[in-house]
Amino acid sequence: MRIVFEKRESISHWAVVLVPIISFLVSLLFGAILLLASGVDPLVTYQAMAVGTFGSWHSFTETLVKATPLLFTSLGVAIAFRMKFWNIGAEGQLVWGGVAAAWVALFWSKSLPGWTLLPLALLMACVAGAIWAGVPAALKAYLNVDETLTTLMLNYVAILYAKNLYYGPWRDPEGMGFPGSAQFPAAAWLPRITGRVHLGLIIALIFAFLLWFAFNRTRWGFETRIIGENQTAARYLGINIKRNIVIALLISGALSGLAGAGETLGIAHRLQQGLSMGYGYTAIIISWMSQLNPLAIIFVAVLMASLLVGGDQIQIMMGLPASVGVVLQGMILIPMLAGGLFTEYRLRIVRTPKIEEAKA
Amino acid sequence: MIDLLTSIFVITLRAGTSLTYATVGEIYTERSGILNLGLEGMMLMGAVTSFATSYYTHNLALSLLAAILVGAILAATHAFLTVTMRANQVVSGLSITLFGSGLASFLGERLGPASNNYNLVGMTGSRFSPIVIPGLSQIPVLGAMFEQDILTYALYLLVPLAWFYLYKTRNGLNLRAVGESPQTADAMGIDVVKTRYLYTILGGMLVSLGGAHLSLAYAPGWAENITGGRGWIVIALVIFAMWDPARAPLGAILFGGINAIQFRLQAGGTDIPASYLNMAPYLATILVLIATTWWENLSHRVGAPAALGLAYMREEK
Repeated sequence: MRIVFEKRESISHWAVVLVPIISFLVSLLFGAILLLASGVDPLVTYQAMAVGTFGSWHSFTETLVKATPLLFTSLGVAIAFRMKFWNIGAEGQLVWGGVAAAWVALFWSKSLPGWTLLPLALLMACVAGAIWAGVPAALKAYLNVDETLTTLMLNYVAILYAKNLYYGPWRDPEGMGFPGSAQFPAAAWLPRITGRVHLGLIIALIFAFLLWFAFNRTRWGFETRIIGENQTAARYLGINIKRNIVIALLISGALSGLAGAGETLGIAHRLQQGLSMGYGYTAIIISWMSQLNPLAIIFVAVLMASLLVGGDQIQIMMGLPASVGVVLQGMILIPMLAGGLFTEYRLRIVRTPKIEEAKA
Repeated sequence: MIDLLTSIFVITLRAGTSLTYATVGEIYTERSGILNLGLEGMMLMGAVTSFATSYYTHNLALSLLAAILVGAILAATHAFLTVTMRANQVVSGLSITLFGSGLASFLGERLGPASNNYNLVGMTGSRFSPIVIPGLSQIPVLGAMFEQDILTYALYLLVPLAWFYLYKTRNGLNLRAVGESPQTADAMGIDVVKTRYLYTILGGMLVSLGGAHLSLAYAPGWAENITGGRGWIVIALVIFAMWDPARAPLGAILFGGINAIQFRLQAGGTDIPASYLNMAPYLATILVLIATTWWENLSHRVGAPAALGLAYMREEK
């Protein structure tokens, strides 16, 4: 008797939905073991996390606040991952978006009419994020330099640069030693919808639908998908791979840049510590768990945001490390990857050992 | 001047030790055709578990063992996902890094003593101290090689051994065959699956030891994100070494040197903001990558194992 994998003729639609759900449950189970081992009741902890994220309107809005940058960065990452371009630099692109938006809000307000500030700040955030992703994309496309490393290294550079700004030249002289810029003029704030939820969420949702349409219904979506699946085929079809990589990454970086702009223009209203919260890394988990489907990303981003808010809640209420949420997130991809096999293959048990051996 | 050079070289080697362990480990993993991007997570887990063990037991051998074990488990997970379940190697490695760094920061906040609110930060355990070898350490500059801790001294043996094993033994030949062409290796009767598991796990052990050197010798103690991206720098160093263990120390010395000069400048008081100094290793990594890739394109000498990153599946009948 032998177990063999057979390639399915089409991917299993059951597995596409079931694998992420089972992976999430496996991750909760692993987390429960970890919590038990450290002497905490997992059920009480999970309940506190759930109440802290979905228990009241206020806590739900806080979940949406964290879901906003996650949504932007995950969409950005998904564009790149579709082409098998491993952009793990969403974090740095986000930081640059925040810095560029802060630059406009802080220094352009004196010479420009107030109503232009917000659109210009968002635009500059897109440009900054796009450049930060475009450099590794060009290096990959034209020199074949490994993109995982360049995008990741640029995260550190961006974070250190932003840190230098709010500790150094941009530091608010009236901030009483607090590391952060002065508050932006109100004209540059992203309008709030409810609680701390700001217009960025709506913009992100619009992009999710736009991308879904672009991925599935446009020539660009078709070309990027072929490049990801089979570069040789793409070349035969006359698709310009280099140009596609650079353009896709400019869009990818611009979306992450918007995430950073949302954090500075919508939440903090200044450039300060806490801009880099690891959203760009969580985005990798979200986009892979959503199987790069922009509409699925909306739901998974809210789910992952709830783990982060829940982590903060149990830290405040139970004195547990907030990193519980991050551990649960990190655990999800492992069963997810193991399960990926079942989407494309089916297991079959072969019960004819003698013939098998004879053939071997 | 000679004294200054010697003291910089001492720190260079100390800083390069964790990088060398991890580079040699990842070279072995990649030689089998498996790309493991989980290094950052594995080094962090190695650092936190070995330091926690050293804090509670004050037994350094046990601490190293803890790191080796944790590295083996994480690497085995990567091998299971990529070899058995044929998952995408890049994404699997990323998941190991995300999981490892999340778990390491959780453990760092949970494994400490109750008196410190279960936090490991700020605690002290046993550590590897430098052992000065009399006589040899008096040699100008090169004497720095003989003012190191045991883990660094072990490298003087490990690196030539790793080179010898890879190029001069039957097992090394099999390993290279699996990474170059698993089909051919399979036809030659080499067990591709077993080889890939074995060297992924072995590589993971060495990577995790690299992490342990950080928390037990280089910067004794635990600090959130103690690796500071070293796991990623190592992936670039493997390319820089062109997958040859004998060249692993070169990259490690280069980056250890950058660390040492950073220290020197910061200690000596400079006008350059600390943030800019801290960017140096990351910018240098990008430059090294561009230069290495450019060189490879130019000389058409690609050192990468041909089957690196590809899942192997035996053709069904």
